[in-house]
Parts: sequence; structure tokens; C-alpha cells
Amino acid sequence: MKPKNQRLVLVAAAVVALLVAVLLAMWGLKDRASYFYTPADIAAGKAQQGQAMRLGGMVERGSVQRQPDGVTIRFVVTDGQAATPVLYRGIVPDLFREGSGAVAEGRLENGIFIADTILAKHDERYMPPELGNLASERKAGKTLAK
Amino acid sequence: MIAETGLAALWLAAGLAALQLLLMVLALRSALDVGRTIRSVAVVQGVLTLIAFAMLLIVFARSDMSVALVFENSHTQKPFIYKVAGAWGNHEGSMLLWVTVLSVAGAFFALLSRRTSERTLVAALGAQATLALGFYAFLLIASNPFARLWPAPMDGRGLNPLLQDPGLAFHPPTLYFGYVGLSIAFSLAVGALLTNEVDARLARAMRPWVLGAWILLTLGITAGSYWAYYELGWGGYWFWDPVENASLMPWLAATALLHSINVLAARGALRAWTMMLAVIAFSMSMVGTFLVRSGILTSVHAFAIDPERGTFLLALLAIYVGAAFILFAARGAALKEGAPFELVSRETGLVINNLLLSVILGIVFLGTLYPLFVEALSGEKLSVGAPYFNAVAGPLALILAILVGMGPLLSWRRERRPILNQLRVPALIGVTALVITIIVAPGMTILPRLGLTVAAFLVGASILPLVARNPLRAPLATWGMVVAHFGIAIALTGMAMNGAFTSERLAVIKPGETLNVGPWTVLLKDVTPTAGKNYTALEAELRATNGAAVESLKPQTRYFSDPPTETNEAAIDTFWNGQLYTVIGKPDPSGGWQVRLWWKPFVTLIWAGGALIAFGGALALLGRVWPRRKREPDWRKERYA
Repeated sequence: MKPKNQRLVLVAAAVVALLVAVLLAMWGLKDRASYFYTPADIAAGKAQQGQAMRLGGMVERGSVQRQPDGVTIRFVVTDGQAATPVLYRGIVPDLFREGSGAVAEGRLENGIFIADTILAKHDERYMPPELGNLASERKAGKTLAK
Repeated sequence: MIAETGLAALWLAAGLAALQLLLMVLALRSALDVGRTIRSVAVVQGVLTLIAFAMLLIVFARSDMSVALVFENSHTQKPFIYKVAGAWGNHEGSMLLWVTVLSVAGAFFALLSRRTSERTLVAALGAQATLALGFYAFLLIASNPFARLWPAPMDGRGLNPLLQDPGLAFHPPTLYFGYVGLSIAFSLAVGALLTNEVDARLARAMRPWVLGAWILLTLGITAGSYWAYYELGWGGYWFWDPVENASLMPWLAATALLHSINVLAARGALRAWTMMLAVIAFSMSMVGTFLVRSGILTSVHAFAIDPERGTFLLALLAIYVGAAFILFAARGAALKEGAPFELVSRETGLVINNLLLSVILGIVFLGTLYPLFVEALSGEKLSVGAPYFNAVAGPLALILAILVGMGPLLSWRRERRPILNQLRVPALIGVTALVITIIVAPGMTILPRLGLTVAAFLVGASILPLVARNPLRAPLATWGMVVAHFGIAIALTGMAMNGAFTSERLAVIKPGETLNVGPWTVLLKDVTPTAGKNYTALEAELRATNGAAVESLKPQTRYFSDPPTETNEAAIDTFWNGQLYTVIGKPDPSGGWQVRLWWKPFVTLIWAGGALIAFGGALALLGRVWPRRKREPDWRKERYA
């Protein structure tokens, strides 16, 4: 191959690689990104049954019930406007408490949110990103007077 | 006074960085010989930042609560080691560490580099000073670590027990050294583009820095993965968390750079390509720092509301990356043609390696940033996790792993031998592994099955470069390559084994009852209260038997009072063939306890593989900076590389 052609081929290869990456990413993101919903969104019917999603809100006080097997719990997540019942099998994370925020990953089945994971991080100042948004949006609403 | 000394040192260092930049401009515009001066300036600048960082360590060690940062992040009751480590466990301190590493790397580069021409060295030092200058400005204007509080409070607020962990104390610095080591590659690329001296000499000057940074990134990622595994108590080793991706992206770019730089060093080809990768690799380090340090991951809105730091970092990122790309566009086309190579050659193999790594990097990059874009544009919130990354990047990584076994067999320029013949034995090993998985575990999912097949193939193929010759006479760099590629096979085996054969049990059992997981029968003997230095805990005593061995495990739930926190301390028992991972949960009204058990066959191979990969890098680095046969001409050493 002549040097000139070699350079052309290499540039073409790089461009193709870039395109492939973008196309693959778009294809993957189309149905593998999980959307975040609040109980109000779910009450409004925005969330599809059976689709992987995240649910966020406050764990309602007095709502946590342990099931007979000892490792499954039911509780209610609320955002002040609506409430969604959640079923979770597993050891709840360290920072999971009634009256504090939680984000659950899972899917909606017959109106009950079946959680695979309940998120909490290794820092007590950490807020699950989505809850942080709720808080900061409220703040933003005040400061920007939207 | 200590804090003020630190601040003064920082200002002085910033001044010297400006001087360094000025000297570079002078040297490039006239024929002025500033080589010696600029080297001394770079060294003094490095020393000054070291002084500033030492001052920060001292105020943290002495718990000087009149310094705002110490008040926010430390506490007199903390164990001493965590007081010191607390110095970089926060935003300002970690940015100071970042800048310190940046300047010290520049100083070492000024002292040690003899491989490039003097002009390129001066230009590179100027570029390094420009990088440092931006981050000095960031520290001094937006993140002063030495700000005072008046009156000084009695005690600090930072006693977060979860951050008191050796993994968390020493894992970020390792990553930072790796991130910032790539800055030298960036500066050298910029310098060489400015002086038009992109050649094999430059590649040889750049290579040890890239290798060193890459080794540290590999170690940092491996250690971070193990930390998440034992500390979070979820039994997983990689969560595709944006913070994890922030360390993976520079690693992917550095891996590509590491391979293309060898083409430039050995054959003088892929000039523009390698410069581009050098720019991208450090850009990814800056993207990582931006993601972790700007607060944008917590919330795009929080970022928009309290924009000072994030915007500053984003502006720095845009300026540096933008300027480098403009320089590249202006000079890239004028670069001399590289040496030609044929379609079947080592060069082509490395180009394919680079393309695949770049595609994987692009996929991780887009997946990590997509939620931020969507939220900023439409306000919709979403997250991208394992389902995306595994499905989209996983198959590409497997293809890459197959090619890892083939590329090193090719010779430079053109390959006329039938190399596929050499791969018969490895291919046979791979097929055997595939057949075994079909017989032993017919229900296995596709990705682990292919993973085991490819890993088995690669175990055989990776050592072929040593088989065809006397291994003792092979250069260290070749050994390094073989060890690193073998490490990939080992890590892949661990991942596939863990994915396919992990067994998990979660149940409530009372003391005296047992639970089975994998080959183990685990008996809950008792749960007793216990106490540590700053916590109380409930400790379960578990007795695990598998017929032959009897093991005792003691997982805990720890309660800290200030701030009130609860943590799960998993108890993990390691065997040659896997790990038994136990977690104790909450008590049950019936008198039982939640117990969660995992049997993870060969999971340790994941981190052993990571360590091997880094060790291979270390061997290669040793071979590059300290060539065994001194009198041999460069081309000869390169040919075997």
C-alpha cells in the first residue's frame, strides 16, 4: 500500500470505528436505559408494566412490614402526592429507614413495585441522585421562581 | 502559620508555572536556549506543590480546626491514619493532590527526560505548566484548601465511619497518580506537535510515562473493584457506576495508547494516531476528574444551581481539550508519512486493537454521559447500568480478547508465515473448554460460556510468543506483554466463573440451624455483641463445613454513633477454588437472623488477573527504562518487542 493510501485507509477506519461506537451505543441505550419515576408518575400511568425502571421517594412511616419468610419486606414509597407499594427480598441497605429517602431498582407488576435492589451508598451525605434532584428542584423553584 | 505557608507555596508555584509557560513561548519564537532554566523552574514548582501538600497533611494530622477544610472533614477522635488520609478524602484536598502530582510529574520529567530533543522537551514542559496553571487557578479561586475559620470551632464534623477504610484512603491516590501520569503523554504530544518532531524518539520518551500511568490505573481499578466487593456487601465486583466508569475510560484510552506507541517507537508509523490517543487519554482523565469532582453526578440541577466549581472544571476541560484538538487539526495533516506496512502485519493487528478499544471507550463514554445529557436537555431522569454495558461492550471485549491471542504472533511490516497453524493448540484448548461447559452446565448463559471458551484459548495463545524461542533470552518487554495478556485470560476466567457458577442463599435462621450454599453447610452458632474503637457491633459466629474443612466466619453489623450509621461487614473466606462470602442482616421477631451467603467459585481470579496485568506492565516498564543489552542498537530491541 502506498503511504498516502495507508493514511486514507487509517482515517477511514477511525471514522468507521467512531460511527460504529455511536450506532451501537444508540441501539443499546434505546431499550436498556432505565427511567426514573416517582409514585406520582406511576399513579399518572407514565410507567409501563414490566419494564426495568427506578422508583424513588420517601419510605412512608409505619409502612415497613416483614413477610413470614423473614427476608422479604413490603413497604410504601411516597412523594407526598401518591404512594406505591414495594416488595423487596433481601437485606435492606444500611441507610434504609422509615421516613428517609430510598431508590429501588426493579419493575412494576400489577401495581406493585418488585424491587431487585434498594440503593444506598457508602456516605451518609450521599443522596441517591434522583432524590437529590427532587430536593434541588424544589430549591431551584424557590430561587428561580419558575 | 502552617496553612498560610501552604497557601503561599501554592501561589508561588502558580507564578512559576506562568514563568515556565512564558519561557516556552520565548524559546519557540526565538532560538533562545532556555533548556536549563525551564528545567530548574519545573523542579522548583514541583517542590513548592509538595510543600503545600505537606502543609495540608500537617494541619490534618494536628487537627487544626481553625482550617475550614479540617473542621468539615476531620475530628479529633479519628484514628491518626485516617486523620492524615482525610487530607485528600475531600474535594479541595484531592484537587491539591491532583495538582501536586501534576507538578511533581513535570519535575521528574524535567529531571529525567533525555530522550527527546531539547526543543520538544521545552515545549512539553510549557504545555505541562499550562495544564498546571489552570488547576492552580481552580484551587486558588474556587477551592482554597487552606481557608481559615474564625473563631476556630472546638471539634470537627467529619467522623464518617464508612470513609474510615484503608481501601478508601489509598485507592484514590493510586488512581490520581495514574490519571495525572497521562498528563506527561499529553504534554509531550502537544510539545511534539508544536515543534513538528513526532517520531520514534518521541514515542520512546513517552512510553515509560504511559506505562507507569497505565500500571497505576490498572492497580487502582483492581483495588477499587475489590473494595466495592468486600465493603458494600452486595457480592458484586463491578457496578458500572459512573465513578467506576470515570476510572475505566482513561484506562481504555491508555491501553490503546500503550499499544500504538509501540508502533511509533518501533516502526515510526501511526504518528498522527498516537498523538491523538495521547490527547484523548489525558482528556479522559480530566473527564473523570470532572465527573467525580463537579458534583454533576449527584444532580445536573444541583450543578446548574451551584455552578462555580463544576463550571470552572468544565471550562478547563473544554479549553485544554479544545486547544489540543485545534493544534492537532492544524499540524496533524503535515506530519510525515509513517513507514508503510502490509495488510497482514503486527501494525494492522495493533490498529485493530486500537479500533476495538476506541469503540469500547466510545460505548462506555456515551453510556456514562447519556443520562446527564438527557436530563440537561429534557429533564427526564434515567440511569444506564449493567444491562447496557454488558450487552453492548461485553461482546466487543470478547472479540478483543480473542485477537489478543493472535496479534503478538504477527511480525512487523508484513507477515508471510501461516500463523494460524501456531494457534491450533490454543484453539483446541478453547474448544475443549466449550465442550466441557456444555456437558457440565448445559443451562449456562451465553456470555459466561463464551467467556470461558475465549479465556481457555487465551491461556494457551498468550504464552506462544515465549514458546517459539528460548524464554530466558526474551527481552523483559516481551515477558511483560505475555504476563499481561495471560492476566487477561485469568481475569476473564474469574468473571465467567463468577457469572456462571455463583450460588446464593438468603434466609432467616436461628442459632443452631444451618443453611446450604454451594458445597458448604453453614451453621449459625451464635450472635454476640462486641465493640471496636468507635463502634459497637453485633457479630455472628458461623461455622462452615464442606465435608473436609471446617471454617469459622464472623460477619458483623456495626453501629457508629457519630454520625449515626450502620454498616455491614462481610466475612469472606478465601480458598484456592473460590470464596465463601457471608453477611449478617437484621434480627427477626422469631429469634432468628437474616443470613446471606454466597459461594463464588474462582472469583479471586478476577483480581489476581488484574494484578498480573499490572505486573506485566511493570516488567515491560523495567525492560524499557533499563534495557538489558546496552550496546544493541535501538532498532534491534524494538524488533523483538
